[in-house]
Amino acid sequence: MSYATALRCRKCGREYPLEPRNLCNFCFSPLEVSYDYKSMAKAVSRQKIAAGPPDMWRYHDMLPVGDEVVNIGAGFTPLIKADRLGRELGLDELYIKNDCLNPTYSFKDRVVSVAITRARELGFDTVACASTGNLAASVAAHAAKADMKAYVFVPADVGAGKLTGIAIYNPVLVTVNGSYDDVNRLCGKLVEKYSWGFINVNLRPYYAEGSKTLGFEVAEQLGWHAPDCVVAPAASGLLFTRIWKGLDELSMLGLIKEVNTHMYVTQAAGSSPIVSAFEAGSLHVNPVKPNTVAKSIAIGNPADGYYALRVARQSGGGAGAVSDDELIEGMKLLAQTEGIFSEAAGGVVIAGLRKLVSSGAIKKNQLTVAFITGAGPRTQEIVSDIVQPLAIQPTLESFEEVVGENV
Amino acid sequence: MAKRRVMFTFPQELIREPVIYNLGQQFKVVGNIRRADISEDKGWVVLELEGKEEDIEQGIAWVTSKGIRVDPIIGDIVEG
Ligand SMILES: Cc1ncc(COP(=O)(O)O)c(C=O)c1O
Ligand SMILES: [Zn+2]
Repeated sequence: MSYATALRCRKCGREYPLEPRNLCNFCFSPLEVSYDYKSMAKAVSRQKIAAGPPDMWRYHDMLPVGDEVVNIGAGFTPLIKADRLGRELGLDELYIKNDCLNPTYSFKDRVVSVAITRARELGFDTVACASTGNLAASVAAHAAKADMKAYVFVPADVGAGKLTGIAIYNPVLVTVNGSYDDVNRLCGKLVEKYSWGFINVNLRPYYAEGSKTLGFEVAEQLGWHAPDCVVAPAASGLLFTRIWKGLDELSMLGLIKEVNTHMYVTQAAGSSPIVSAFEAGSLHVNPVKPNTVAKSIAIGNPADGYYALRVARQSGGGAGAVSDDELIEGMKLLAQTEGIFSEAAGGVVIAGLRKLVSSGAIKKNQLTVAFITGAGPRTQEIVSDIVQPLAIQPTLESFEEVVGENV
Repeated sequence: MAKRRVMFTFPQELIREPVIYNLGQQFKVVGNIRRADISEDKGWVVLELEGKEEDIEQGIAWVTSKGIRVDPIIGDIVEG
């Protein structure tokens, strides 16, 4: 059963029923699911969670949906002790939360699993989203499992390679010929016109809650401890806020001790409105025009930017932006030290972490978790320059001539 | 009548201009303010614009041409 009680405005506190709605009618701020934590606390325990399924639904009691969930096996991904990378960066206790290992290869499966489950509960037979890749694939896959219709809108300039990983699940795949802004504008109109469950719009409060499971899992995998530092990427900022909320809830429910985690948000410099606001000491996030190879986190006008900023501030954390060259170096470093091929967002986290350690923000002895939220193959063209094979003839002579004799 | 929820971000030199008043006068677009933060050197306003669709379009084009950023409240919908 669900312990969710209402949707609550993060700014003015007004409450709404648990319906499809993302903004407060009065102040236009984002809505968030609130819960009956008293009853939830009675229902949950470390033992019960540990005995649950090896996926995100082991935390079902803390998510805003009923019993029949749409589950393709998202979550409970490995938390790897990253000793080689840690040594490289100057950290004694570095862990990688490897969310590349989700069914559609990114953390979006967590949020979509909750959103589609809620969509079905609310009586929608059709869901929709606009995405450059990760979200689209996840929505299409979950809709397939739920036997729901999915409309997926993709900017036409997204590479054909990415479309395969969406089309395979057989959604209605629509490529939109126009700029990123044009696609946004169109989607704004679609949201108003059609009564679909728009995954990251009218279902957004439910969608958001899925990311709490990243915080839950990391704490459980660390033996029911919150880490000292978290480093995670931000696009709209939602994921970042919910990792924090996940840790906070565990402590509120008495499953872990008080949380003193410092939350560090990272972005690509070509799309870093949240980091810029942090560095400027402002509480207002000024939208920007994105320009970076890290397409999956290139959001210029982040819906939850202000709240991500607040989490970074209030937790005594920080922010860091990295150039495209730096993030690509970060991708290579992660692959070449820990064997994990992440997408650009992971490169942003690793390169950002490097900066945070060298600036002294994150200390050598702090237990740090870097969140790698998506896998590399979907966007492998951005690192294609690494492919420099040694080409030989099928003879020993050729091998020794080209590769050398001192093998 | 159409409605549009937007955020205006003002550069310093335009903070004192009665932009929202002018929107009403020149374009017959009513601005209903929900949140705002204006200081000496910067300012933003969250508001709902109400008027005819084409008047809203023209009004926004005019506001933008003055050097004020206009962004949808909902944020960018196209995600990664
Ligand atoms: C791989 C990856 N990491 C991180 C994010 C950031 O998510 P959020 O919009 O919640 O900040 C996204 C999605 O946009 C993503 O695709
Ligand atoms: Zn409100």
